[in-house]
Amino acid sequence: MSEKEKKNLQENGEQLSLDDGRRVKVLSPGMMVFKRFIRNKLAIVGICTLVFMFVFSFVGGVVSPYRQDQVFYKVDAANKEYASAVVNTDYRFTPVDGATLSTMTRATFNSQVKSSGKDVTTFVADNTTYTATRLDEGFYILSAGQNLGTVTQLGKMVDIALDEGKELSDAARAAVQAALTGKQTSFEAEGVTYTLTRDVGKTYKLSSMGEVGLASMLNFDAYDPANTALVSSYAFKKACEQAMHEGEGSFTVDGVTYALDIENETTALVTDQNGTEIAGVSNIIVNPVNVGVFLPADYKAAVEEAIAGRKTAFDYTNANGEVERHTIQMRGNNYIISTMQQTYLIDMYAAPSAQHPLGTDDHGMDVLTRLMYGGRISLMVGFIVMILENIIGIIIGGVSGYFGGWVDTLLMRFVDLFNSIPYYPMMIIAGAIMDSFEVDPYIRLYMMMAIMGIMGWTGVARVVRGQILSLREQDFMIATEATGIPVSRRIFRHLVPNVMPLLIVQATMGLGGIILTEATLSFLGLGIKYPLASWGSIINSASNIYVMTNCWYLWIPAGLLIVLTVLGFNFVGDGLRDAFDPKMKR
Amino acid sequence: MPVRWNPEDAVVWKFIVRRISLALVIVFLGSFIIYGVMRAMPTSFVEAMARQRAAASATTGGPTYQEWLEQLNKAYHLDTNIFNGFISWLGGVLQGDFGVSWKYGIPVTQKFNEVIWHSVILNIITIVLEVIICIPLGIQAARRQYSGFDYSITVFAMLCISLPTFFLATLLKYAFAVKLGWFDLYGLVGRYHEQLSESAKVLDIMHHMVLPVLTLAMLHIGGLTRYTRTNMLEVLNADYIRTARAKGLSERTVINRHAFRNTLIPLVSYMSYLIPSLFSGSMITETLYQIPGIGYISYDAMVAGDLPFTMFYSMFGLILTQLSLMLADIMYAVVDPRVRVN
Repeated sequence: MSEKEKKNLQENGEQLSLDDGRRVKVLSPGMMVFKRFIRNKLAIVGICTLVFMFVFSFVGGVVSPYRQDQVFYKVDAANKEYASAVVNTDYRFTPVDGATLSTMTRATFNSQVKSSGKDVTTFVADNTTYTATRLDEGFYILSAGQNLGTVTQLGKMVDIALDEGKELSDAARAAVQAALTGKQTSFEAEGVTYTLTRDVGKTYKLSSMGEVGLASMLNFDAYDPANTALVSSYAFKKACEQAMHEGEGSFTVDGVTYALDIENETTALVTDQNGTEIAGVSNIIVNPVNVGVFLPADYKAAVEEAIAGRKTAFDYTNANGEVERHTIQMRGNNYIISTMQQTYLIDMYAAPSAQHPLGTDDHGMDVLTRLMYGGRISLMVGFIVMILENIIGIIIGGVSGYFGGWVDTLLMRFVDLFNSIPYYPMMIIAGAIMDSFEVDPYIRLYMMMAIMGIMGWTGVARVVRGQILSLREQDFMIATEATGIPVSRRIFRHLVPNVMPLLIVQATMGLGGIILTEATLSFLGLGIKYPLASWGSIINSASNIYVMTNCWYLWIPAGLLIVLTVLGFNFVGDGLRDAFDPKMKR
Repeated sequence: MPVRWNPEDAVVWKFIVRRISLALVIVFLGSFIIYGVMRAMPTSFVEAMARQRAAASATTGGPTYQEWLEQLNKAYHLDTNIFNGFISWLGGVLQGDFGVSWKYGIPVTQKFNEVIWHSVILNIITIVLEVIICIPLGIQAARRQYSGFDYSITVFAMLCISLPTFFLATLLKYAFAVKLGWFDLYGLVGRYHEQLSESAKVLDIMHHMVLPVLTLAMLHIGGLTRYTRTNMLEVLNADYIRTARAKGLSERTVINRHAFRNTLIPLVSYMSYLIPSLFSGSMITETLYQIPGIGYISYDAMVAGDLPFTMFYSMFGLILTQLSLMLADIMYAVVDPRVRVN
């Protein structure tokens, strides 16, 4: 005796006979379908797969710590050009404090003095006569006449009219007088050379010859940026170079004595008396490749040393005490110095890691997150297109099947027409049109769903029509006619619900097909576009051979998701069909 | 035997005439729709061509870009509205002139002749392979319904149906071309094809067709196997099979003589859909393997907005579909005498 019977016996005090109707458990038709469905193992597998896919796509996207279009960066060491060095073959000019050497002067010097080879060369630039005195190879002191004023000789009297702002010491004034008396055109006073040039009659132009600058091939780098002004000053450079050319171990500027450690003709190191490095002297100019990078003098010294030693690489200890390896490459007259530098890069094609379980794609985005968001689009496209197809299909099929006659013929020819339009060519042309108009990715998504719906409703229409054709001959339809129910109600309340089981089966199977089509179009680059993702467009990256061979994690998971989803829909559809109508079970 | 006029013949002829005229109307309207959609595409191809020709003739004082553009638009009937343009195009088609492909620069029909046989050969091999595999599998699955074998066939068939072409092709390429290195990734011929002897050339092409055939076959195996199984089950449950068994025929005779032959009826109608599709190419597979068949060539033309070629291919597709539908009706009548009576 079963539990139920015992309970019944207790409650009602009667025992059910064997053929009692109450012993038969009556299930509602829906329940019957459900029971048959859950008995189907494959259908259960399908349901589980689909539940997983929905959770993965719709919950996963929320849970994922990343956004779907979040780009990841990485810091990587890359061998980049850091500095360039060139052996100086041009003269570099240092004017005396307060004076300037115009571009014209520099150009004239370069064109005339360099080629002349004489120890003292005079040249004219900007109406000024310059005298270049060669102290040594590649080292010139430039002097120029400076107009001081006019000197007029009136008998024994000498009238000196100075230009504004010029001064002349008494000793010099006496010297002027002495020179005029002695008919000298050039004289010296207090170490300055003066010249008198006859102007008109007894009027002379007085000018002083003074040093205005130096021209040298050497380059001075201050070790301490605070010393830059000192090191680049005329006095310092002149004293230093003179000492270098004369081979002296020290020189004095402004009362301070500096030690000079001469390495060779063009390289030397200046230290102060405490032994602190003040400046490096070299004929090699080292410049940073990137603007805003300061190259310390010891770095320059290291480069110079390496170039002088014809080395291809050297080690340099930077300010942080880290040893960097620099490589030198000769390019024409230049030396390019490269080193491994920290660079901020988009993290493309990163291999799976804890942060990115499936790596990153070609845009540096997290693949797993994109798969989740892509799943939303793939599933959404499937459902929306399916609903659209069914709405159109049910209306046209229902009307066609119910009315029959010429309406049926016309609509069915319409179905034939739509059915025979080649599907993929149409979708590809539509995709190409949207490509050429550069449609916004979101609008494109809606357009694609609309086109897929419009191209795919014919199957539904046929099924609905066929079913309705047979259903409308049945007694219950005659009853609806007899009771005077309106036509639209007859179609959509009495006929369509009877077609529903078959439609549900078809729709479930069709969903897989729609997802496949969308994936194929997206794979071909004609469907979903960046920044949106779908499973198909994620696999699209595998059309790049590099990605296909090296980054399995980019495309295999997406492909498996598609296969599993479509398989799930097919299993469920199969199960539903068997459950709705066991007679159809194959 | 004297030829007698049979009143049934008139009905049949009327049916055939109606069917053909319907097919013609559908081909006409379908082409028109495709033409309309194609015209919505910006005519960048014509503009590029005009620019090129204008540049070429600039030194000799030839027509300018604008003049070339007008001339080309006129030549391709792009200067009129869609309907007139379509009628002009159709006029050319009826005289056998499908125009010159914009993308390939040679007459459309010539390009078609060059590539169609690649598709046909590919499809024939695939179909033969499919039939050899699917029909025995389907029949076995039906005979042992609900067995483990049946379930695994069902799952396998479902898996084949669910595989996206591009994923399967990429997987096969990854496994056999990249990892194992047995086949080339792309193309119909190898790098040294021209230097090979005649027989080696054929072998080379066959070698390159292995992966595409495998892909295509895998995709269709699922459908055909299930179809065979379903129909076989239906036949096996029929009364005449029970009768055959009841009168003591051997199981082999029952299956081969009675069941299998009746299973062939729907199979043949299914196959009749396949025959025209031999010519339609397989766009995705050919594109993925870059097999220069009609599918790949048309895909390239379509993406480039090549109006003459796309129109030709679409019309070809429309005609093929209509042909296969008609062929299915006829084949059904040939195989099943009951259809002829009704």
